[in-house]
Amino acid sequence: MPDTDEFYDEFPSDTARGREVQERIVCELENRGFAPRDVFGVRLALEEALVNAIKHGNKMDPDKVVKVHWQVSSEHVRVVIEDQGEGFTVSEVPDPTEDENLDKPGGRGIMLMRSFMSLIEYNDRGNQLTMEKRKDADD
Amino acid sequence: MSAGHRRLDIEEVGDVTVARFVDKKILDEGNIQIIGNQLFSLVEEEGRKKIVLDFSNVEYLSSAALGKLITMEKKVKAAKGKLRLCAVRPDIYEVFAITKLNKLFDMRDNQQAALEGF
Repeated sequence: MPDTDEFYDEFPSDTARGREVQERIVCELENRGFAPRDVFGVRLALEEALVNAIKHGNKMDPDKVVKVHWQVSSEHVRVVIEDQGEGFTVSEVPDPTEDENLDKPGGRGIMLMRSFMSLIEYNDRGNQLTMEKRKDADD
Repeated sequence: MSAGHRRLDIEEVGDVTVARFVDKKILDEGNIQIIGNQLFSLVEEEGRKKIVLDFSNVEYLSSAALGKLITMEKKVKAAKGKLRLCAVRPDIYEVFAITKLNKLFDMRDNQQAALEGF
């Protein structure tokens, strides 16, 4: 897309730094006139994804970094988040909406990302997440 | 705990305790920890049995905050008390609906509705 801009940042395992990147991306969306509901959903998905990368991926190890690539246009935002952890198998995460899991932690973050974004995808190792939100997408 | 760290405004309405979240965003882990401890102490230390959580200030919350709310619901139930949530704005309600937590919690439109028949 002609108006697409690309950005890159990497930072040590620190949720405050993750939130700075989150703010930068959200700012780009607001400047490009994304609807408040889309901005809400992308912000929430970024919060969950970045906290997962820092806490569960890098296990808060300050010597490990999180790498974030993002691409924004007036029509879409695509974010790739990579941690330096061992990865995980997304299909093995229990369904948090099953009655027996309802009061357990975990799984809800991924579920929220999936619901608010147009697409989310992990690599085979499970340490790299790609997510995309398309404006006006019917989801 | 210093007043600067108080993350809930507490009000007594008859025999019901109304706890209103102070923060617009319940995201930061340290903050969520403090909020959790303040919520749990209402039940565990102060022995309150009827509690309404007022979300009117809250614009964002993450799954980490949902975890604390679920634990709170369990603690209140274990103490044979009742918990209601109110004034959850539509964006946030969607977060509860997606995760089906709207079935776990007793959620009311506003504080008045939450206090009725409690």
